[in-house]
Amino acid sequence: MTSVLGVLFDGVTYGCLLFVMSIGLSVTMGLMNFINLAHGAFAMVGGYVCVVAMTRMGLPFLATLPIAFAASAVLGVILERALYQRLYRAPHLDQVMFSIGLVFVAIAGATYFFGPSQQPVVLPSFLRGQVQVLGVDLGAYRLFLIALVTMITAALHFLLVGTRFGAQVRASVDNATAAAGMGIDVNLVFAVTFALGSGLAGLGGGLGIDVLGLDPTFPLKYMVYFLLVVAVGGAGTIKGALVAAIVLGVFDVAGKYYVPQIGAFFIYFLMVVLLLLFPAGLFGRRT
Amino acid sequence: MSVTASIPFRLPNDHWRPLEIVFWLLPVIAYFIFPDYLVLASQILIVGLFAVTLDLILGYAGIISLGQAAFFGVGAYTAGLLAVHGWGEPLTGLLAAAVGAGIVGFLTSFLVVRGQDLTRLMVTLGIGLMLFEAANKAAFVTGGVDGLSGVVMWKVLGLFDFDINGRTAFWYTLMVVFTLFVIARRIVNSPFGLSLRGIREGPRRMPAIGSPVPRRLIAIFTVSAAMAGVAGGLLAQTTQFVGIDSLGFPRSAELLIIVVLGGVGRLYGAMIGAAVFMIAKDYLSGQNPVYWQFWIGILLIVVVLFGRGGIMGRAEALWARLRRRA
Repeated sequence: MTSVLGVLFDGVTYGCLLFVMSIGLSVTMGLMNFINLAHGAFAMVGGYVCVVAMTRMGLPFLATLPIAFAASAVLGVILERALYQRLYRAPHLDQVMFSIGLVFVAIAGATYFFGPSQQPVVLPSFLRGQVQVLGVDLGAYRLFLIALVTMITAALHFLLVGTRFGAQVRASVDNATAAAGMGIDVNLVFAVTFALGSGLAGLGGGLGIDVLGLDPTFPLKYMVYFLLVVAVGGAGTIKGALVAAIVLGVFDVAGKYYVPQIGAFFIYFLMVVLLLLFPAGLFGRRT
Repeated sequence: MSVTASIPFRLPNDHWRPLEIVFWLLPVIAYFIFPDYLVLASQILIVGLFAVTLDLILGYAGIISLGQAAFFGVGAYTAGLLAVHGWGEPLTGLLAAAVGAGIVGFLTSFLVVRGQDLTRLMVTLGIGLMLFEAANKAAFVTGGVDGLSGVVMWKVLGLFDFDINGRTAFWYTLMVVFTLFVIARRIVNSPFGLSLRGIREGPRRMPAIGSPVPRRLIAIFTVSAAMAGVAGGLLAQTTQFVGIDSLGFPRSAELLIIVVLGGVGRLYGAMIGAAVFMIAKDYLSGQNPVYWQFWIGILLIVVVLFGRGGIMGRAEALWARLRRRA
């Protein structure tokens, strides 16, 4: 019983991390129909910014998270304006090649500056250790993660549903041409959402160092998971991405815990099956 | 959505042009000029064949695949395991590799023809990763991460022993690659090949003129997988080793790079892309593997943003300009 709850808890934590990192990808894919395999690179940048801010500048872990968010968001804006926006109308093949190129550059860059090894992270003392909840020992950091992601989700939901900007984003996702015709500056919406998505990926990268690890192959290692969250959840929805991320997180942790012999095989199998059953995603806005 | 809209659509024409004959004489010349680089030359030919198989489905039928290495790996393990377990006859080994990879490709094709670009990408990626994990976990059969060693090959046609300098391996590879290239060339220049291009350009319109789109795609995907299996089998036989990286995602990604670098939708582009890529890799990764990855990434971004059509596309544009001036 305890182990089932433990696996469920770990899975939900993992899913929350996946959600924060891939929600940006979900929005950009939904908005621009752009196949971006390099999204994990933004998460990795956030992770390395955290590590550098902690080890070289001596900042506490929690203070580094906003910096990670800002750094990735700025990088996202620069790349979006300089490179990505040239390829919005390009064939999918070009987008795939371009983003694979970015992934390779990011991996080589990270290896050059930080070496191929795993990076350390020092959590503040109140996030270390265990907390007893209803007789079950839960990791304090994991509880913190779940709480933080819940807040982020609520904020995102409010942003998308309750604000004028959110209405513009939703209109652009549904039909960019018509949205532009209604006087919405679709390019600006693209740029801002790209920055927000990259920033959240960076934040997720920083948050995830303790759980997922951080080394130069990060963008490649988790690329499949990000794509999976988007493809299964359906591009452009918060609810779809959240449900997909948590389902994937729980199944991945459970698969690796209960049947370690087949390892990651299970999650790839699940991915193919889900893609066949739900070609437009679980909650796709587009049919 | 066209990948290579600039190619004019000719009626099927199977004449061999002089440049093509020159092209196939190049490896023969290389044999005499660079006798020390025979192993690299064989590998270039094998990767070239592998790239041609991706070009068949990507450049002609318009299917983006990130999992072509799956079929390469299945072929490599089929040929390798046969030889390890006592059947080292090369040609039947290749046949078995083709059949094995063809069956996997046939089964995969049903999943691939259903979706759009993103779904196809994910499904091929997923199949590739699944097979990689399967080979990784079934270490008692495949050797896992250590690779499959102990591949012992018999003489080619009962006459030519695989020698330490790689001479037999080179000629054997060249003959097999050339034969399969001729088949691929025949396929793309046939009415069937033309219908594939039609599907690439207008998948919704082809059914209207009576072309069974899913069946065509299944056919070319299976053929492509079987040929990729032969390429894998060749690598296993000539290097007498199968590494688990033959199934890995980096190999699929590299292959996509090769095809795009050489020029999509041109069989010779795939071969030339393979030669340029392999020679550059041999030279640069000898200096430092990290730099290699960095430069290949930069190259990709530049090719996509500025160099549409790859090497062959650029060459054709240059040729057209020269002709206009003359």
